[in-house]
Amino acid sequence: MAKAPMSDLPKILREHESQILDQWLRLLTQNVRTGRGRITERELQDQCRDFLAELRDAIEGGNLDDIRTGSFDRLRDMLGHISRSRAAQGFTPSETAIFVFSLKQPVFEMMKSETASAESWAFGMLLDQLGLYSMEEFLKRREEVILRQQQEIAELSTPVVKLWNGILALPLIGTLDSSRTQVVMENLLQSIVQEGAEIAIIDITGVPTVDTLVAQHLLKTVAAARLMGADCIISGIRPQIAQTMVHLGVELNVASKASLADAFALALHQTGRRVTRISSNDAKTSGISRGSAPGGLTGQANIGS
Amino acid sequence: MDRIPILQMGRALLITIQVDMHDQLALALEEDLAAKIASSGARGVLIDISSLEIIDSFIGRMLDNIAGVSRLMDAETVVVGMRPAVAITLVELGLSLSGVRTALNVDRGMAIIQQRLHDYEIADGD
Amino acid sequence: METNSGDVLVISGSDDVVRVRQAVRAKAIEIGLSLVDQTKIVTAASEVARNTLDHGGGGTATLLTVQNGNRQGLRLIFEDQGRGIADLDRALTDGYTTGKGLGLGLGGAKRLSNEFSIQSTPGKGTRVVIARWK
Repeated sequence: MAKAPMSDLPKILREHESQILDQWLRLLTQNVRTGRGRITERELQDQCRDFLAELRDAIEGGNLDDIRTGSFDRLRDMLGHISRSRAAQGFTPSETAIFVFSLKQPVFEMMKSETASAESWAFGMLLDQLGLYSMEEFLKRREEVILRQQQEIAELSTPVVKLWNGILALPLIGTLDSSRTQVVMENLLQSIVQEGAEIAIIDITGVPTVDTLVAQHLLKTVAAARLMGADCIISGIRPQIAQTMVHLGVELNVASKASLADAFALALHQTGRRVTRISSNDAKTSGISRGSAPGGLTGQANIGS
Repeated sequence: MDRIPILQMGRALLITIQVDMHDQLALALEEDLAAKIASSGARGVLIDISSLEIIDSFIGRMLDNIAGVSRLMDAETVVVGMRPAVAITLVELGLSLSGVRTALNVDRGMAIIQQRLHDYEIADGD
Repeated sequence: METNSGDVLVISGSDDVVRVRQAVRAKAIEIGLSLVDQTKIVTAASEVARNTLDHGGGGTATLLTVQNGNRQGLRLIFEDQGRGIADLDRALTDGYTTGKGLGLGLGGAKRLSNEFSIQSTPGKGTRVVIARWK
């Protein structure tokens, strides 16, 4: 490994700065699409110039071996920042990695004329290290995004809606795993307290499959709600799901109804209410006219307590 | 030794658990309550646990026992005010307290007990 | 993984089980566990502490805050020099009990923790370690 006390590299980078920059930029713009919500060519130029300057400072002392050492602190910070912002702006991994790797060619060409091959080998290794570091930062940022999205999806996909005083509905969409069950339970129980709900309808129309595990999660939710004093009704069990459940021997020892509407009717009944159709006269006096319903398809209903 | 107070309101007994109970205190409550149901002829027992920050298997068993003993002595137990975090933990622990009636708050719990007392009055012809 | 030196509590009576619960709650709040996670680790601690008292004839609880990367957690170590447990699998089975409980203690504590390990030598004692991460 070449570690000349007086490396020629800083000198090369200094003396041929504008040539290296020009060629590097040309290579970059061939491979990286700029504009359209991404970085502009101007920004790319600035990044290249700053990077080259920091690189020169970093290797001034002759250290080309290890980018984790102190002389590379500022360069690493800068490269980390660039890589993470590439991830946020939707660049591909190749488009991100090329930033470092495409610096090889212009620098090597300058070296050919001036220095020995040992140093070009060391410089190549150095850029490889920086490229890997750039990828790590890029992926770190991606993972942060994925993690945040997972949390957002978990929260978004479990809304609790109030159907009537004391009656809540929880339309579940997607697969129910244990971490989601946790979020679902917490949301539901919190809403039960807030609304003073007596009945919660868990609608599973949007749940693709119900195996023993999912059934267990559902039952846990039902049991927790019952401990707080609220009853649950499960609705939206599709025919195929009902069949699968019976074949698997999955039992849900809880009131269940085919549709959310049926479950709502049961909930109203259990809380001492019923749905009745009102006459057209009543409808007029209450300010709702029959003719206003789109296409006259719907009648009005009123729920008496 | 400390005791959890048991209040009487007509034919209903009221208990509010406000301290973090150690096991002996829970056992004492179980005994006191059975004696009180017998001496008072109570038909309903309301236990408010809204102050409890945890229920472990020992306190869970106490609630189950109280409900079972009361039922044998013709009184219904309603446990009210369990906190969401406590309910989630209890289910994960493996306890469902299936023999215990629950209600969201003291109001709802009292309504259940009043209904039962009312049914009794009709049956007793009072 | 970093660990600090922990607080040690003696468990010799049922009051001490309450004290363990309160100390665990305070530590859980300190490291910012969510309310549900606090409740789970406190409940698990209560179960294991009772086991230390009733089955192990008393012992100690050590509370540690631990750091793994940027995740913080709470690790609890329960040790006794009691009669030990011969059949660990059975001790973790729900409904199995040698005492007056429901037999949910150790199995329940395991379900409420992110980490659970138990070592026991009959006649020498038992050591249970549980942890919950943020």
